[in-house]
Amino acid sequence: MNWFYIKGILILCGINLTAVLGLSLLTGFTGLFSFGHAGFMAVGGYAAVWAGLRMGLPFPVALLAGGLVAGIVSLPIGRLTLNLKGDYFCIATLGFGEAIRLVLDNVQTFGGARGWAGIPVTTTLFNVTLAAALGTFVMVRLVHSRHGRNMIAIREEELAARTVGINALKYKMMSLFISAVYAGVAGGLQAYYLGFLQPKMFSMTRSTELTIMVIFGGIGSISGTVLGSILLTALPELLRAFALWRLVVYGASVIFIMISRPEGLMGGKEISIAWFRRLLRPVGVGGAGGSGGAGGAGAGGRGVRQ
Amino acid sequence: MLEVKDLNVFYGGIHALRDVCLKVERGEIVTIIGANGAGKSTLLNAISGVVKPRSGKILLDGQPVAATPHGVVKQGICQVPEGRLVFANLSVYDNLMMGAYLRSDKTSIIADLQRVYALFPRLSERQGQMAGTLSGGEQQMLTMGRGLMSSPRIMLLDEPSLGLAPLLVETIYQVIAEIRRAGTTILLVEQNAYKALAVADRAYVLEHGIVTQEGPARELLHDPRIRQAYLGVKQGQTRVG
Repeated sequence: MNWFYIKGILILCGINLTAVLGLSLLTGFTGLFSFGHAGFMAVGGYAAVWAGLRMGLPFPVALLAGGLVAGIVSLPIGRLTLNLKGDYFCIATLGFGEAIRLVLDNVQTFGGARGWAGIPVTTTLFNVTLAAALGTFVMVRLVHSRHGRNMIAIREEELAARTVGINALKYKMMSLFISAVYAGVAGGLQAYYLGFLQPKMFSMTRSTELTIMVIFGGIGSISGTVLGSILLTALPELLRAFALWRLVVYGASVIFIMISRPEGLMGGKEISIAWFRRLLRPVGVGGAGGSGGAGGAGAGGRGVRQ
Repeated sequence: MLEVKDLNVFYGGIHALRDVCLKVERGEIVTIIGANGAGKSTLLNAISGVVKPRSGKILLDGQPVAATPHGVVKQGICQVPEGRLVFANLSVYDNLMMGAYLRSDKTSIIADLQRVYALFPRLSERQGQMAGTLSGGEQQMLTMGRGLMSSPRIMLLDEPSLGLAPLLVETIYQVIAEIRRAGTTILLVEQNAYKALAVADRAYVLEHGIVTQEGPARELLHDPRIRQAYLGVKQGQTRVG
């Protein structure tokens, strides 16, 4: 395993983490399941490349533009679909994701099904890490704010949330918008990492992957999201030695977690400084410590949620 | 104080409420009794803006009530929904504070919190506990307490005694009387007609979306038709059902 290969996996981890963080807000904290977030990644990716190559904007601005366009696209979608309950919203997002892919397949301005090649590889480990860390920080702050609490209230019991005066549609729209912006930025990062865009990359399988990472990590936990997306991105690579069997092992390990911990890895809990202290106290100083990625996420946290 | 005029609500093709008129005066407890599916909850949901009426007026102190739930709460109308809808993964304290969502005056919020704890000492014992782990009766207390935290002028209570042990029903009804004594007007929907009529000043009987009878609760309590249909008291040879 050379450094180039490891660096590639780490960059993919960062890209997935950015997308999954947004989805975690929507699914984990607001209780809305989406199977169309690859669609928002596609919109963000194409928009970021358009902004960078055709409009000549600098890389960070192009990324933000991609995120913003994805967010703006989410608004009419949300307005139309967020009044739908549970499964129906899920089906509507699935339809949206597929529709975006088919449109991109057929619109020749963006290269159609052949794809858009020749994108300069600008995404580096440094700026992916920066984006993911910034994304995590903002998300932790958001979730612990009054807005985050309102979203949790909607997830827990929407009617009750409305009767205490929370504007449920507004908060669901806000949640969808923010998650679309995250997905859009991730799409841009991915486009500028692979140097190539093709509608096929943003299929339903990709959306499902993102949702699995959220559930695997634990509904309603940012640390879980971080752990889940890093583990599930790295796992298929670590298992490459098993050749074709690696996908079986991947599937089996997801099933295993779902059976043994239905609430996901973290199950609504957060890793924080206080959590580490409690972990170390009974064991003494010789504790094994946690994985590096999770520690970074926890530093911004405000302790285990009660 | 609260006035409903010629209210019509449809669910698709189903006419759930037909020309319903209703009045609640300041400081009153008014109850709506009726069988399952008569439209009692629909009426409360229409007042609180959760369900959109097709026609009719809902007035608070002569002014039309907002069309959205959050607008309605702001005007001082608070619904305590049926079925103990608590935020299961938030603590009892957080649940109560969610009730004060639209208020910003810290000192009066704390005063109301103390008042809720005084009404329901059980909640103060369990303030750190997750709401989902409370018993049914405690969850009902919590939803009522959460409603009080919005400091409402009028409270819409939907089936507060549903599925509770008789002793708890007693407690809940004592608290309802207590809340009214403290100056909050109450509109109470109940299937437990006996309990509701005993505590209320006036009552409306709703059947298939139509108000069929109204009057002082004490009179309805002794009305032979009501006694037969809702209180399970048989009259001579006639049978129910």
